[in-house]
Amino acid sequence: MEILVCVKRVPDTAENEFELNSAGNDLDRDDLVYSVNEWDNYAVEEAIQIVDKVGGSVTVVTVGDDESEEVLRREMAMGANNGILLSDDAFEGSDGKGIASILKAEAEKGGYDLILTGAQADEGAAQVGGMLAAMMDLPYASLVNQIDVSDEKTLKVGREIEGGNQEMNEIELPCVLSIQTGINEPRYVGIRGIRKVAKVEIPVKSAADLGVDTAAVGDAGAKVKRVDYFVPDLGDGAEMLEGSTDEIVEKLIEKLKAKGGLS
Amino acid sequence: MTQIFAYIPHKNGEPADIAFEYLSAAEKIDAGADVTAVVTGSGPDLDKVAEKMTSLYKEVVKIDGSDLAYPNAEVVRKALCSVLPKDAIFLVGHDTFGMDLAPGLSIKMDSAFLADAVDFEGVDNALLKVVRQELGGAVSCHVTCDLSSGAVITVRPGSFTPAPENSAGGTVVDKSSEAGDLGTRRRFLEIVEAEVGEVDITKSDVLVSIGRGIEEEENIEVAQELAEAMGAVVSCSRPIVDAKWLEKSRQVGTSGLTVKPKVYMAMGISGSFQHMGGVKGNPFIVAVNKNPKAPIFQVADVGIEADILEFMPELTDKVKEL
Ligand SMILES: Cc1cc2nc3c(=O)[nH]c(=O)nc-3n(C[C@H](O)[C@H](O)[C@H](O)COP(=O)(O)OP(=O)(O)OC[C@H]3O[C@@H](n4cnc5c(N)ncnc54)[C@H](O)[C@@H]3O)c2cc1C
Ligand SMILES: Nc1ncnc2c1ncn2[C@@H]1O[C@H](COP(=O)(O)O)[C@@H](O)[C@H]1O
Repeated sequence: MEILVCVKRVPDTAENEFELNSAGNDLDRDDLVYSVNEWDNYAVEEAIQIVDKVGGSVTVVTVGDDESEEVLRREMAMGANNGILLSDDAFEGSDGKGIASILKAEAEKGGYDLILTGAQADEGAAQVGGMLAAMMDLPYASLVNQIDVSDEKTLKVGREIEGGNQEMNEIELPCVLSIQTGINEPRYVGIRGIRKVAKVEIPVKSAADLGVDTAAVGDAGAKVKRVDYFVPDLGDGAEMLEGSTDEIVEKLIEKLKAKGGLS
Repeated sequence: MTQIFAYIPHKNGEPADIAFEYLSAAEKIDAGADVTAVVTGSGPDLDKVAEKMTSLYKEVVKIDGSDLAYPNAEVVRKALCSVLPKDAIFLVGHDTFGMDLAPGLSIKMDSAFLADAVDFEGVDNALLKVVRQELGGAVSCHVTCDLSSGAVITVRPGSFTPAPENSAGGTVVDKSSEAGDLGTRRRFLEIVEAEVGEVDITKSDVLVSIGRGIEEEENIEVAQELAEAMGAVVSCSRPIVDAKWLEKSRQVGTSGLTVKPKVYMAMGISGSFQHMGGVKGNPFIVAVNKNPKAPIFQVADVGIEADILEFMPELTDKVKEL
């Protein structure tokens, strides 16, 4: 099975404390630590496991800048066979639709049987997979936490829905699936693994290479645009307990007693 | 005149909570807009929901079809494409159904797509101003969404004030005959219910809930000791279950269990809406987190900036001395 997995380089929420810049309208991006979107690692692991079972190859693709190459290499160190970087100044400022149309241009060239995305990325939008499917007129299922390859034409997929229940579906290939965390246990990538793929050629494709109309993507084509970041006024928030650890523990115990937290 | 359509999810003839939240969301988009409810399904359950919705909405569009008996988003999308006007503003919840339906619908309708709105600040020159969150709630931002050729918008459940029970005296309009061909390449098979665990976290008055801040599987013991001393039970956020450190039945949140304890101790949990969506009944929330900017501190009653791996053992010792 030929599988394409879409991956994105995102600020790592576990490694960063996010602050606004001095103008107060954007994140202070100077020292941000970036990594692969958590959901995308699960998608790549799933693709590798499918190919291990039924044969084929895994290609990882991203829309980004030069620095996004590192996430492709990381996923290739996991076991993806090929990486493709889609990069052009005209792509900057794309909304979800813009990203999906750029990915579509590449996906159509590859003749893939299966296209995987993460369920969501840093903006919590959960949009690119469903858009890509609709643009390519392929069937789609989101939040997939189980894939069984039934035969060459169909997959049986589980979607994780509210309450942790699972919605089982039969879906025809080719199709697009967005992958939910927990579907597998993504393998660990060490420095040695990364070093092995350090010299592999990663093609970079521009709007012209892809045949993408630059008026339809990037800031020019975006119907959804971010104006600013801000700190919301959410009222009082928590009462922060201060002092030495002993003092804090003492105060907390008093409160817990009052609220029925200690029986 | 703006025409807003709100999709009503339902089960066993009962509308989901979000059915009551769309009206205040729509009001914030355009106070003068016509708001129409859209219900899809089949048979008596559908009729019951459609009828119920006439107390909230002036017009309720009903699409009845045997293919729509289970809300398979691929089928619902086809029906909606046939029935909705091209420049509609369409609202649906940012939940597992909305995420499945909405992005593709916006492509098929050739309209803008805006995900997970938590607030609206009106329309200026066909540009809707929206409040969103990014990075798991760590930051908020304003975005604009161009409404000029219609829009599909997912709204965050619980973010808009539910409308009180009303008597709008609306009418049901049956558009089943306009739904068109509903054949799709994805077929719904069945629902597999989540497994029941050995410990029922929904029964405990006090939960010591751990998140990614627990760092290593071995450290879970530290939380278990605290829970034991407090007479509490250990629950957790999703990443702990994804890592297979605790069973799924311990997970709190929209894709886990809904709990209503008296006291909820959030230990190393950032406070994403999908996690907090499972914490109901207004418990006393204690948050311990080493990041003073963690969003959990906005919803907690008491906050402590500390490393949970150092703080929990101290608390355990003192509780044991009581
Ligand atoms: C459709 C869908 C459904 C979902 N359903 C759920 C659900 O049901 N339940 C759920 O929980 N999530 C759910 N999620 C995932 C959710 O979006 C978040 O990713 C998740 O809740 C984050 O878990 P966390 O807070 O433990 O981890 P993180 O967001 O990584 O937060 C960890 C926190 O721990 C702090 N920390 C780290 N180390 C320490 C330390 N030593 N001491 C103190 N603090 C420390 C950090 O500052 C951080 O705030 C869902 C997501 C999707 C897309
Ligand atoms: N710039 C990008 N390049 C490649 N894939 C992306 C990009 N942005 C989003 N995706 C894919 O779409 C998924 C969902 O992201 P989003 O719709 O932005 O929440 C991600 O997990 C990726 O698989």
